[in-house]
Amino acid sequence: MPGSRNAIDVRNAVKRYGSFTALQSITLSIRDNEFFTLLGPSGCGKTTLLRMIAGFEEVTEGEIFLFGDEIENLPPHQRPVNTVFQNYALFPHMTIEQNVMFGLEMRGRSKEAARKKAGEMLELVQLAQFSARKPSQLSGGQQQRVALARALAPEPKVLLLDEPLSALDLKLRQAMRSELKSIQRETGITFTFVTHDQEEALTMSDRIAVMSAGRLQQLGEARDIYERPVNRFVADFIGETNLLDARLEAVDASVATCRLANGLTLECDAIGNARPGADVHLSIRPERMTLATANGGPWQGTVKENIFVGTDVQTVVQLQGGIELTVRTQNSAVGVATIFDPGTEVVVDVEAGAARMLED
Amino acid sequence: MAGAAAAGGSVRSETYASARNWLLLPSWAVLGIFVLAPVAMMLVYSFLTKEFRGGVIWEFTLSAYDQFFFDRGLFGDEPARIEWTYILIFWRSIWQAGLATLLALLIGFPTAYFIATRPAHTRTVWVFLITIPYWVNLLIRTVSMKFLLRDQGPLNDFLLWTGLIDDPVRIINTNAAVQIGLFYSYLPFMVLPIYASVERYNFALSEAAADLYADKWTTLRRIVVPSVRPGIVAGCILVFVPSLGAFLAPDLLGGAKNFMIGSLIEEQFKGNAGNWPFGAAASMILLTLVLIILVFLARQQARAEREATP
Repeated sequence: MPGSRNAIDVRNAVKRYGSFTALQSITLSIRDNEFFTLLGPSGCGKTTLLRMIAGFEEVTEGEIFLFGDEIENLPPHQRPVNTVFQNYALFPHMTIEQNVMFGLEMRGRSKEAARKKAGEMLELVQLAQFSARKPSQLSGGQQQRVALARALAPEPKVLLLDEPLSALDLKLRQAMRSELKSIQRETGITFTFVTHDQEEALTMSDRIAVMSAGRLQQLGEARDIYERPVNRFVADFIGETNLLDARLEAVDASVATCRLANGLTLECDAIGNARPGADVHLSIRPERMTLATANGGPWQGTVKENIFVGTDVQTVVQLQGGIELTVRTQNSAVGVATIFDPGTEVVVDVEAGAARMLED
Repeated sequence: MAGAAAAGGSVRSETYASARNWLLLPSWAVLGIFVLAPVAMMLVYSFLTKEFRGGVIWEFTLSAYDQFFFDRGLFGDEPARIEWTYILIFWRSIWQAGLATLLALLIGFPTAYFIATRPAHTRTVWVFLITIPYWVNLLIRTVSMKFLLRDQGPLNDFLLWTGLIDDPVRIINTNAAVQIGLFYSYLPFMVLPIYASVERYNFALSEAAADLYADKWTTLRRIVVPSVRPGIVAGCILVFVPSLGAFLAPDLLGGAKNFMIGSLIEEQFKGNAGNWPFGAAASMILLTLVLIILVFLARQQARAEREATP
């Protein structure tokens, strides 16, 4: 992609191990300065793709460009990208400062220049006072920040992060999310982040690529992917949702009418080229429905159970025809929302536009 | 109540202490019978007077050590001059053993690295293959090596056949033959500890080094070698120490000119011509030398570790 201003362009990249295909022709672009996330369950190929960009895995087919330069045949030490490894991979026999200086020295910086830059980097991750220590003397969170400083020090064109937060406990993980995000903004370096944690992806990313089974499922901004998933996998993997089988009844302009198995109908945006009569799927987010006292309408059902999850209560309602819906009611100190006891007859009110039609 | 509890506690800890002493007995027995007693015997013998048909007379004398370091003429009545013969033999032995260690390291490290980077299920096969020759007695292997290396042996035949040489190369009875013999005898002692270290090595560190712009050679030198250093040091000690005292390879492959400490000591205890106190004294000097080298290495290692954890 000569002349491209994208940080990274992956073109038809395929990775095969013998007869097993780990990546099936991936094409995507990562923009300059963005926080880009590869999201997917384990085994989806996201780490393989990251390691192909870093140079640790050979590309079976296809090309990878870094700011327009083709790099897929360069060895890792000749690619101006740096990686934050999952288990940090800090050099145990070197001090923190020596760890951070390593990449700078390898790029031919003088000792003094490398030491000065390493100092700045350790300042950035708030570890300047630990520069003389060994990695084994730091906590997991601190080691994580050293790994970040070490990878940022040589000023890579793109920083690759391979599930860097997965080894940390919850509180630390949440703190590191905002720290990573602010460091990305401060340095202006393109971050490519790999994770299986959808919450992590949603909170930090400018754009997310959702992957599954070696394929790119959807690429877009966090909100876009959450509100407009393209298929059942994305709808189910990002956040929680109710997936219902339905038949497309009619398409009128951009409004589609879908009929559920129990005869109820819902209206949603028409997408793709499904014709009336086609089998489709509907995704309805639990927070986009409310419960009210039964009034005899068609959306009446019985409360099966209430699950308390701290910030809210998830109520499972059984509609006629055996369809179950999970409805989320936010907990509120003033007690606006009513929680119905199991066995109570209620009516489910689906917000207009809440249903999302999925073809696959 | 408190007093009773304390008394009970101390009784129990005494029981533990005596149990611990009993359980340590096998270790102490092994150390005593196989390490301390033989060394103590050597030490005592080295200060006794020699009996001409081998064996000792129980009279204290320093003459064994005196004979090692000083020349007092044929009848022992001339002024003492330094006796260089044995010191030179020692020096040559150290030099030979050091060279053999270096050779074993240069070949053993890549071998160990190769084995440790094979898939898990084939590693055991490689380790097994490395150890196969060691099921055969060292004497038989050294004699076989002599056969392989001699002027009309398979090695020379092969070299003549390839046309690389026109006349047989003289290998047997040279330093090179001793080197080959020592290298062959002790190579697994280099390979196995390094293999164990490399197997534990976290290869993500090599990836991290490559990611930080280090080429393969720099990665090896600055990341891999420091990480597997304990294995390298152990391998070097395990090759150097037995090489220093070896007598089979020097005797059978090196001939008379390449006499080493091991052979010198062996001769003193062989047949009727020997001199037991002198052999014992030479052994004690060798032991002291080896201990000094080991302490030096151990200190180096400890200092490296102290630097590693300030």
